[in-house]
Parts: sequence; structure tokens; C-alpha cells
Amino acid sequence: MSEEKRLRVVETPEGVPLRFTLARGADRAAAFLIDMLAIIGSTIVLGLLTIWAIGNPADGFFLAFFLLVSFLLQVFYFPIFELRWRGQTPGKRAIGLRVVDAQGGPLTAQAIFARNLTRIAEIQLPMQVLLSPETMFPESPKWAGLLAGVWLFVLLCLPLFNRERLRAGDLVGGTRVVVAPKAVLLEDLGQLRRGGARYEFTMEQLQHYGSFELQVLEDLLRREHELDDDAFETVCDKIKTRIGWPKERWRTEPRVFLHDFYKAQRARLEHDLLFGRRIADKQDARQRRAAAGRPPR
Amino acid sequence: MNEPIRLRSVEFRREREAAWRALETIVDQVEKQGLRTLSAEQMTSLPMLYRTALSSLSVARAISLDRNVVEYLESLCARAWSAVYGGKTRLRDALSAFFTHVLPQTVRAHRWHVLLSALFLAVGTVAGLLIVLGDSDRFYSFVDAAYAGGRGPSASTESLRGVLYDDGESAADRLGAFASFLFTHNARIGILAFGLGFLAGIPVFFLLLMNGLLLGAFAALYHQRGLSFEFWGWVLPHGVTELLAVVLCGAGGLALGQALLFPGRHTRLGNLARRGREAAVIVMGAVVMLFFAGLIEGVFRQTVQHDGARYLMALATALLWAAYFGRVGRARR
Repeated sequence: MSEEKRLRVVETPEGVPLRFTLARGADRAAAFLIDMLAIIGSTIVLGLLTIWAIGNPADGFFLAFFLLVSFLLQVFYFPIFELRWRGQTPGKRAIGLRVVDAQGGPLTAQAIFARNLTRIAEIQLPMQVLLSPETMFPESPKWAGLLAGVWLFVLLCLPLFNRERLRAGDLVGGTRVVVAPKAVLLEDLGQLRRGGARYEFTMEQLQHYGSFELQVLEDLLRREHELDDDAFETVCDKIKTRIGWPKERWRTEPRVFLHDFYKAQRARLEHDLLFGRRIADKQDARQRRAAAGRPPR
Repeated sequence: MNEPIRLRSVEFRREREAAWRALETIVDQVEKQGLRTLSAEQMTSLPMLYRTALSSLSVARAISLDRNVVEYLESLCARAWSAVYGGKTRLRDALSAFFTHVLPQTVRAHRWHVLLSALFLAVGTVAGLLIVLGDSDRFYSFVDAAYAGGRGPSASTESLRGVLYDDGESAADRLGAFASFLFTHNARIGILAFGLGFLAGIPVFFLLLMNGLLLGAFAALYHQRGLSFEFWGWVLPHGVTELLAVVLCGAGGLALGQALLFPGRHTRLGNLARRGREAAVIVMGAVVMLFFAGLIEGVFRQTVQHDGARYLMALATALLWAAYFGRVGRARR
């Protein structure tokens, strides 16, 4: 799914909607794999320690200890990390994912247990059915075990059948796995340079673009150091043509011109915003110009 | 006409940036080292800074076209939101709350599910009992021959009695391992019952019935040899706990199934999430119970051979669980 389609809005208890990006299926699988490796790794270490401690694997006490601890590891690894690290496990942290409450409320212990208990029925039990079907239901006839196995595989395949790639645990716990957000605050491009603007624009010149184009320009200016002069020259010419920049002043310093234009255009659009006019893009701007009859003077 | 460039959004950012940076520092620390490493001062300022950032975000969305600022604030608010609402960090608090009121209250709230679940187990048991009493060859329809391990209609009464009263010498040092194995095995079944409840709950009925049939079949087998009293003495000390746990897991599964089939006034998925959390509480409780059942089965039953003591133990556990689920966590009047 594209970035756009994976956006989900979660409303905080304060009533402010926050947007999250749902995690990709592959990322979740990778995080899960890391966690599984951690579990299997520690079980092996534990097993070796047990053998070392007793020298004789048949001794009851250590065997009991090993069985118990490895079971507890399997069942409690995920919930305890998610409880303590507020929705993250080592795998999720490494990949940059996080569990959040789908409704925007606090992530409760119940929700964490619900999603992880289901995980056992979803993943670990089908694995057991796959590897050694006879240990699953030693007391029941074969067909009963087979039936349960089929059911578990249906459960396992659930993420393939829904758009949000939710596994059963997410549905039962009411949780979503999202990309842990990370964004840095960059320098404000709207700040005035010392000495003021070198190029000034008229109202008519500023009514050709909407916020979409403004933000494309923002991206361009933020990558200023990666781009060469030609790119700026091209953009500059395009803008000048569209806004009807006077021919007699056509020669400009592209970077300075674009910075000044960005500020002027942003000021204009934010001014409109205060009056409830959100101009989305250049088509929107054109329609508004047409609706106004003729450009205001 | 040229109007001077005045960007409100720039002033807006300049006025608030310090608070955003302060919040970012705290959130960084929480994410890396945990909530508990915060100083008292940071702890009190976190929720305030969080709300400031949220209101900044709302304003920025309304007035600012600086995409970086809006994205930064969204990300900052989301991280701070996780820090503020990201669940209880103290495991101990969560655990004590769980056992002192969350678990018994949730079980009481689901008494009808528990009853229905118990009914299915009972129906299965009685059916298994009657069917095998009627035709002892049916025993193998409910019990896998390999699992029965020689216990069957063809086994001698003496060997059947021998299973109930293990001499214990050979097994004494493996009791712990046996108990562990029983626990992990039973807990898996319990969690399975919960997992199976997802979607329609029908497999839960099936699982409960199967468990009941199994129990009934064995009961019938021993009844035919006149060993009924001894058999129940062998089953009940751990069986009270274990069967109750199985019933609870079944109840959790049924609650899930009900949430999906009859969502009531809520949306189906919303309801599933709501009921799923409650069901998870019940199943976690049942897993703990199965741990005790495993201990009783693995240690007590193999070491105590006296029928009276076994029945006493069964009674004690029954009373204990009745008191726990009946009384603990009720609001004082």
C-alpha cells in the first residue's frame, strides 16, 4: 500500500486527531522474526545452562525448570516488553514500529495481553501442528487435531484477507501497529533575511498557486544544497512565466528569487487561510480566480 | 500594491519552539531510558508540554502552511502521546490490580458464559459416560489409543487400579518435570480455546465437548470396574482447578464469539476489541490456574495415595476458587 493509503487517524483523549502510518506487513514480519530469534536464542542458552548445571538431562528438577521457563518466555516475552516499553518489543524497536490503541486511549495491560495471547493461538500453535501434529492433542483422535489445525491456519492467514493487514490479535486487542513517528524540526524558511526581501510580488502574481505547490517548493528549498543551479533556473522560469513576471526584470538570482517567492506566496496563502479560504493547488486557484469574475485589483 | 511580508506562522513558531524542544528532550529520554528516569520536575511538565504541543498542532494545522512544522508537530505529539498514554510501566502494579480485582470482577461479569461453558463440558462428560457405559468399544472413538496407553476396555482391573495409585518410586524424581509438562500442555489448550473463540465461538463448543467426552469415557471405564470412587479421587484434586480453568478459557472464547455474532449497539470490530480484552483477562487467569493444577497433578497426586486426603484436597480447592471468584474484589459496602 502507498504511504497515503496507510494513514490512519487516531483521536487523542484531548480530541486532537493524530495521523499515524500503519506498519507494512513486511516490517511487522521482520520485527516478529527478530523477537522470535531472541526467544529461540535465549531458550537454547537456557537449555545449555540447564545441561551444564545438571550434567544429566534426565534430572527432574532442572528439566522442570527449563520447561517452565521456556514456556513463560514464549508466553510473556511479548506482553512484558510491550508493557514496559510502551508498545514496543526489541524487534519492533529495531524496525521502528509501535503498538497503539486503535481508539486513541491508553494502551492497557488487557489490550496487550489480548493481542499477545491470540498471537500464541495464531502462530506458535500452528507451528506446533506443523512440526509435530501428534503432540497437539495427544488425548483426542487424529481428526480432531486436524480440524483444529485447519482452523488455526485460517486464523494465521487472516492478515492476507484484510486491507489493513491486521492479525487476529489486533482485532481482539483493539490495537494497531504503526510506524513509530520520527520527524525533525528544520529551520523555518519563512524567516526574513536581514535586509528584507529583494524581490517583491503583487497580489495578482500571488494568486496562481495553492498550498500543494507551496509545499513542493518548500521541499525543493530544503534540498537546496543537493541541487544545482540549473534546476533552480528551470523552476524559476516556470514560476515567472505563470505569474507573469515582467520581461524587463526577467534576469534574477534564482535562489534568492525562489526564497522570496516562497515567503510571499506563503504569507498570501496563510492570509487567505485566516479568512477561511484554503487554496489547495493551482487548479483550485484558477477556479477561484474565474469565480471572482476578474482578478481583484 | 505591495504589502509587507508578515508571516504569522513564523511568529507562532518562534513563540512556541522552546516548549516543543523541551518536550522533545523529555520524550527522547522516555523512549530511550523509560519514564522512571525522569526527574520530578520533568514528570510534572510532561503532560503540560504535551497539551501545549497538541494545541500548537491544532493551530499549526489551521494557520501554517509550513509542512515541516506541521509534520514535526504531528510526530512530536504522537511520540508524546505514546509516552503519556503508553500503558502502565510498573509491572507490579498491573499484576496486583489484576489479581485483586480485575480478574474476579471480569469472571463475575461473565458468569453466564462460564455457566454455558461449564454446561457444555458437563454435557460432554455425561454423553461420554453414557455412550461408553452402553458400548465399551466406543471408548476409542473419544480417546486416542496411543494416549490411553493401555488404559482401555481390554485392560485388567488391576492395571487400571495401578494407574490411580502410582507407587511413586520410579517417578519421584521426575515429578517436577511432569508437573511442568502438564502445565505447559494444559495452558496451550486453554489459550487455544481462547484463540478458537475468534470468529464464531463454535470451535470452543467443540473443544469443550471433546474434553468432556474424554473425561466421561474414562469415568465410564473405571465405573464398569467398580473403581468410580477411586477414579474421581484421582481426578478431582487437580481436576477442580483444571476443569474450572478450561471452563474459563471456554467462557473467554464464547465471549469472543458472541462479540462477533451479536455486536449489539457497537460495531462488530469495536465490540470484538472491547470484549476481547475482557476475555484475555479471563484466559490469563485461567493460565495461572492451570499452573496450580499442574503442580497439584504432578506433585500432590503422585505423592498422596490416600483417597480421603485426595477428596479433602479437591474440596479445599473448590472452596478456595469459589471464595476467590465469589468474594474478592467486590466493592465494600
